[in-house]
Amino acid sequence: MTDFKVNRRGLMKGAAAVGVGLSAPQFFVSGANAYTNEPTGGSVTLGFNVPQTRAYADEGADELRAYELAVEHLNGGGDGGMLNTFSSKALTGNGVLGKKVEYVTGDTQTLSDAARASAKRMIEKDGAVMITGGSSSGVAIAVQGLCQDAGVIFMAGLTHSNDTTGKDKRANGFRHFFNTEMTGAALAPVLKNAFGEDRRVYHLTSDYTWGWSQEGSIQKYTEPFGWETAAAVRTPVGAGDFSQYITPVLNSGADVLVLNHYGKDMVNSLPQAVQFGLRDKQVNGKNFEIVVPLFSRLMAQGAGDAIKGIFGSTNWNWSLQDEGSKAFVKSFGQKYGIPPSQAAHTCYCQTILYADAAERAGTFRPSELGKALEDFSFDGLGNGPTDYRGSDHQCFKDVLVVKGKEEPASQHDLLEVVEVTPRAQVEYPADLLGGELGPYNDGA
Amino acid sequence: MDVFLPQILNGLDKGAAYALIALGLTLIFGTLGVVNFAHGALFMLGAFCAVTMKALLGLEKVTLDPTQTTAWGTPLEIRVPYIETWLGDFGLLLLEYSVPVSLILAIPVMLIIGVTMERGLIRHFYHRTHAEQILVTFGLAIVLQEIVKSFFGANPIPQPAPDIVSGSADIGMLLGLDPGTIVYPMWRMVYLTFSGVVIASVFAFLQFTTFGMVVRAGMADRETVGLLGIDIDKKFTIVFGLAAVVAGIAGVMYTPILSPDYHMGMDFLVLSFVVVVVGGMGSLGGAVAAGFLLGILQSFASMNEVKTILPGIDQIIIYLVAIIILLVRPRGLMGRKGVMES
Repeated sequence: MTDFKVNRRGLMKGAAAVGVGLSAPQFFVSGANAYTNEPTGGSVTLGFNVPQTRAYADEGADELRAYELAVEHLNGGGDGGMLNTFSSKALTGNGVLGKKVEYVTGDTQTLSDAARASAKRMIEKDGAVMITGGSSSGVAIAVQGLCQDAGVIFMAGLTHSNDTTGKDKRANGFRHFFNTEMTGAALAPVLKNAFGEDRRVYHLTSDYTWGWSQEGSIQKYTEPFGWETAAAVRTPVGAGDFSQYITPVLNSGADVLVLNHYGKDMVNSLPQAVQFGLRDKQVNGKNFEIVVPLFSRLMAQGAGDAIKGIFGSTNWNWSLQDEGSKAFVKSFGQKYGIPPSQAAHTCYCQTILYADAAERAGTFRPSELGKALEDFSFDGLGNGPTDYRGSDHQCFKDVLVVKGKEEPASQHDLLEVVEVTPRAQVEYPADLLGGELGPYNDGA
Repeated sequence: MDVFLPQILNGLDKGAAYALIALGLTLIFGTLGVVNFAHGALFMLGAFCAVTMKALLGLEKVTLDPTQTTAWGTPLEIRVPYIETWLGDFGLLLLEYSVPVSLILAIPVMLIIGVTMERGLIRHFYHRTHAEQILVTFGLAIVLQEIVKSFFGANPIPQPAPDIVSGSADIGMLLGLDPGTIVYPMWRMVYLTFSGVVIASVFAFLQFTTFGMVVRAGMADRETVGLLGIDIDKKFTIVFGLAAVVAGIAGVMYTPILSPDYHMGMDFLVLSFVVVVVGGMGSLGGAVAAGFLLGILQSFASMNEVKTILPGIDQIIIYLVAIIILLVRPRGLMGRKGVMES
């Protein structure tokens, strides 16, 4: 048995230690409660990680314009944009939590390694408390993982793969943009009405996470009304000339070609498919049709006339006439002389949503700020009533089904909204896409 | 037939682009001994001559219509091409034919670029190692593509073919098959024919002109030609310019097939180097033959029937064939003894 003796000297030392601990200034003990890059001065730094070089540089430039506009509005500059229409009134144009919003930028190069390196630099060197941006699902998933480990919030930019808020979701990651599951659910009924049942479909699919995800979603939602897959062919990303993949479509017996391509691949494959006469063809007594599930106006410009009459889906379009969209288009157009893209819109929204959550939570601490975003319902940001679902950190809102305009009024007026698919039609159970959010990481 | 013929045409088409770039690469290597990694960038610059020509022809007079506004509240801009105002329907026709019309711009521009490159940079590296030549020309290629990106952006810029050749032709009917069995884009056939004419012209130029004879002599024995009092350096400078023109016009005519962007040269460069090596370093005929051969093999490897048996073969076929040919014939298909063997 061990004797436990208390002598006068030991008692004095213990009491002194407790006294020092209790009386210490808060900053000496803040390590126990701190979080990564907790802002201590009069400003808070956000990290905008967008492609500034390589294939998606133009989309990245548009994202950066939107971020700059969002920062201007948060700090009380400009006309306030969608802050005026946003249903939450926590933001007053006085920065966030009284701190002026500043930002640093990184170049993802649309490469996972480069994107992680630039995000790491912004977190470790520049003190960014949040990272946002990107134009690729592969990049988004990579950066989301890094932010989870580093203990900062990641507000995804343009990422459409199910995996971002599915099997690869993380507690620190949030996505405003829609996904391939929603595209399938929104697009399929429109395709059925436009092209009928019992079709044979040929898929050309970009060979990476987004392409696989998109192909699977279109199959899932079109097969129930008799759209049978004739072939699903994977194409290398950046193939350029797709002629050798398009030629077999001609005599495959398929009467629909689904191009699960985005960006430069879509810009090349769609015109090439049209050049091969697919749209003039009749198969099985039906007109041959082409579908591009995910549209982007910036990419549509690259595809030229080939886009006319082609169905697809988009997260947002500048032609929308709700008050939020009109306010955003006005702010953006007056500042830059061009309408914003869907990438710009989602990036602007993500910045505003993050700032608003910080105000409502009263802190930038990821776990508390994240809780403020979870199951947050809002309106006035251009997509109608929207929910940030807490169980997978995915936004649910109406989805736009669009078609390439036959008679565009200007070089930017390329897509017409065919249908605004109500949110209820694209919602799915949170466990459908797998994955686990896991716990928040506050870092530090 | 309906499966194989289109793939052969695809292969020839793709091979034509490889062959034209490889032809220029081989000309430069054969004459100057320089491994020019900026050659893909010359292809890209040619393509952007087409973009520039279309932009010039499409320059618009902008007037503001105060009665209409944009979505962001500024007066609507009414744009009318100057060329339409000045030349009426002929102006619009020029705009429609901007890709072939761009050849008029591309030929002198590419010649000047080629000569300037050779005189201004490349000649300082004639007596340096191939590694140094590759580094400097690769660096030059990156600089050129970044310059183009800063002017034209990163997105591909579509260049439509003239309406008359923008559709597809029913080749199957010509062969007695059912209508629609084999259709092929007309512009691709134009490109194939154009490539054949350019390749034949280069060979004819080298074979049947005095200048060509001197160049061929210089390729065989530079020192002896110099001892005869011929300024072979000047001739080779012109050859560099000629190679730049070939790459440039190949790029111009390829734009309706592949919308040009600043990176397109790099995409072709690596494959064109494989073509040069497989054809045999310094062999013009080898470069052309290997270009078409590898183009066709790449097309066949992309067929579903082949990919089902060998998944991913379309990605590696060119390199696989290159390895096999170099194992069997280390100098390539038509390589000359002594070239790059010291």
